[in-house]
Amino acid sequence: MLSIKNLSVAIKGKEILKGINLEVNAGEVHAIMGPNGTGKSTLAYVIGGREGYEVTSGEIIYKGRNLLDLSTEERACEGIFLGFQYPVEIPGVSITNFLRTAINEQRKYQGLDPIPAAQFLAKMEEKKKMLELQDKLANRSVNEGFSGGEKKKNEIFQMAMLEPSLAILDETDSGLDIDALRIVATGVNNLRRPHNSTIVITHYQRLLDYIVPDVVHVLYDGRIVKSGGKEMALELEEKGYEWIKNSL
Amino acid sequence: MEKESNNILDEVTKGEYKYGFYTDIEMETAPKGLNEDIIRYISARKNEPEWLLEFRLKSYRHWLTMKEPKWAHINYPAIDFQDIIYYAAPKPKKELKSLDEVDPELINTFNKLGISLEEQKRLSGVAVDAVIDSVSVKTTFSDTLAKLGIIFCSFSEAVQKHPDLVKQYLGSVVPHTDNFFASLNSAVFSDGSFCYIPKGVRCPIELSTYFRINAANTGQFERTLIVADEGAYVSYMEGCTAPQRDENQLHAAIVEIVALKDAEVKYSTVQNWYPGDKDGKGGIYNFVTKRGICKGSHSKISWTQVETGSAITWKYPSVILMGDYSIGEFYSVAVTNHHQQADTGTKMVHLGRNTKSTIISKGISAGQSNNSYRGLVRVIKRAENCRNFSQCDSLLLGDKCGAHTFPYIRTENPTSIVEHEATTSKISDDQLFYCQQRGISTESAIGLIVNGYAKEVLQHLPMEFAVEAQKLLSVSLEGSVG
Ligand SMILES: Nc1ncnc2c1ncn2[C@@H]1O[C@H](COP(=O)(O)OP(=O)(O)OP(=O)(O)O)[C@@H](O)[C@H]1O
Ligand SMILES: [Mg+2]
Repeated sequence: MLSIKNLSVAIKGKEILKGINLEVNAGEVHAIMGPNGTGKSTLAYVIGGREGYEVTSGEIIYKGRNLLDLSTEERACEGIFLGFQYPVEIPGVSITNFLRTAINEQRKYQGLDPIPAAQFLAKMEEKKKMLELQDKLANRSVNEGFSGGEKKKNEIFQMAMLEPSLAILDETDSGLDIDALRIVATGVNNLRRPHNSTIVITHYQRLLDYIVPDVVHVLYDGRIVKSGGKEMALELEEKGYEWIKNSL
Repeated sequence: MEKESNNILDEVTKGEYKYGFYTDIEMETAPKGLNEDIIRYISARKNEPEWLLEFRLKSYRHWLTMKEPKWAHINYPAIDFQDIIYYAAPKPKKELKSLDEVDPELINTFNKLGISLEEQKRLSGVAVDAVIDSVSVKTTFSDTLAKLGIIFCSFSEAVQKHPDLVKQYLGSVVPHTDNFFASLNSAVFSDGSFCYIPKGVRCPIELSTYFRINAANTGQFERTLIVADEGAYVSYMEGCTAPQRDENQLHAAIVEIVALKDAEVKYSTVQNWYPGDKDGKGGIYNFVTKRGICKGSHSKISWTQVETGSAITWKYPSVILMGDYSIGEFYSVAVTNHHQQADTGTKMVHLGRNTKSTIISKGISAGQSNNSYRGLVRVIKRAENCRNFSQCDSLLLGDKCGAHTFPYIRTENPTSIVEHEATTSKISDDQLFYCQQRGISTESAIGLIVNGYAKEVLQHLPMEFAVEAQKLLSVSLEGSVG
């Protein structure tokens, strides 16, 4: 699915990622943990195709193609989804209109006709139910005036609607209450398929109780310094990042 | 709506000014230039009564004493008023009884615009008074309206058939001395629409006029007069597109609205005249005077405009709130791209007690354009308990464009409450990335964000217009980012 080799990335000339190696196979869930400011979001943005990130070396192969050759929209249409750490507000644009536009643009890319209205609405209903979303939320403007938790839920709702091949969830658990966390995790689990992969970026072991990862990575100072099974997350929580630092 | 707005966004990929075609209809024109003889010629051609010729002449004589205004935040080369043709009419043909008899070229034009009269008649129940250049060619639905006593016809026809009404109200809201362009219009106005809604009648359909500037080198001087008698209601739509061409075309229209006691008039505009090309060449000069008077108590006048076209827009639809408890509203979206310039806004003049006004203005600037809001809220001494709320927002796309706000507030009565809010924002890279990450192209993303930004205004448009307006917003901002 995703193969990152020796990836180095600079922002405004400053090197943030310093030779990342990461292999994610179809059907796998990977967790990335690590202290603040070590480059977790940067990695997510580079995969998403955000401007202002200079790839100084290395490559990203996605579904056998060189991902860095594709525009942001193309990557999205090829099935890459980013759950944002800080989702932006788009005043006046309803979630319904936003998602319909997104789905239809993706379908256009795939050579399909726009989604029939009835099918779209049925899908909305289904996913709203799955995520126990309030009805009125979908009629509100994208993220405008949403609480922190509502924004995160909305990210998962969009993921559910867009059905990506590779979802990267950047601290989707931050700001969620216990019930919301369970709902979001259930949502993510429900969307797990043998041909889908998920990367969850998190600070909390707790999330991994719900979304059980195949591999846990620790990103430290722009490098993946340690990878292991889900038990490593527990160990991390116990011993803190000092443990990683000292073992380097 | 949802569905439509998506279709619209799909269409956004087409870049050229879509309505840039030119209809080949034989014109009958006056010689270039302006003098009293030309005015007499126009008046004679239209078979006007003596009092109207006098109105034109006194306007012309006043105009001669005036200077072109320079206070607006716009720049354009001096207009040579002697190099303009002041009268052009499609050659008069025999009276038309059905659409079959209309010039096929004209029908073709409407088809290209997607507003064929036939369609309009059949589908949306809109009565269309289509103005091609200076003379109304076809008026529909007159019969239905006539049964209710509603008069909706070309201005020229009204002069012939309802001279008393025209004489009573012409120039009563915009005097012939009002401003340079208004005086010019009063002297040479060609044609336009007239509408009268009798006492207690609610007009059951949206009245609509499609304007089209169509003749080379011909100034267009529309004159519209709408009178809503006591307790009457009417919603009126004005929309236009123009053929693409090189030389600048002057347009100086006047719209006058009179609302008597308990009457309500809703006036909506979608303006999409040729804005000039990417380098600022060509385009329409749009100097318009629009004003309504809430003459009786509890009357209401509401202006909603979506301005996307014209090289230069100079326009301040205003309301004089004379009757106690009357209400004035102004909802505006003005888009400027490339080298377009817009100086637009409103005046709310509170003369009556307990009068209320609302101003929502959304400016969107892209390219190297300039977009200014200019507004006046005035409350006179006797006008107690007046209320105004103004919100003026500017959205910038790129960093070469300009947005300016000139709000003037003059209150002489301490019991009035006047509020003004203003914001300036940009479409952020974060918003664009967020959309793109969901698979939405840059152009569609801009269309989406801009339509969201303008929603508060668009929702005041009649349904028939809202869709076209959304499309225009997207289309007119094509190529503005990236
Ligand atoms: N646009 C930018 N300009 C300058 N520095 C930046 C920019 N974006 C990120 N950085 C820097 O890059 C480093 C990595 O940031 P990143 O957001 O990837 O961290 P993170 O691991 O996601 O942290 P957190 O756990 O706090 O979310 C930080 O030092 C940050 O300040
Ligand atoms: Mg982060």
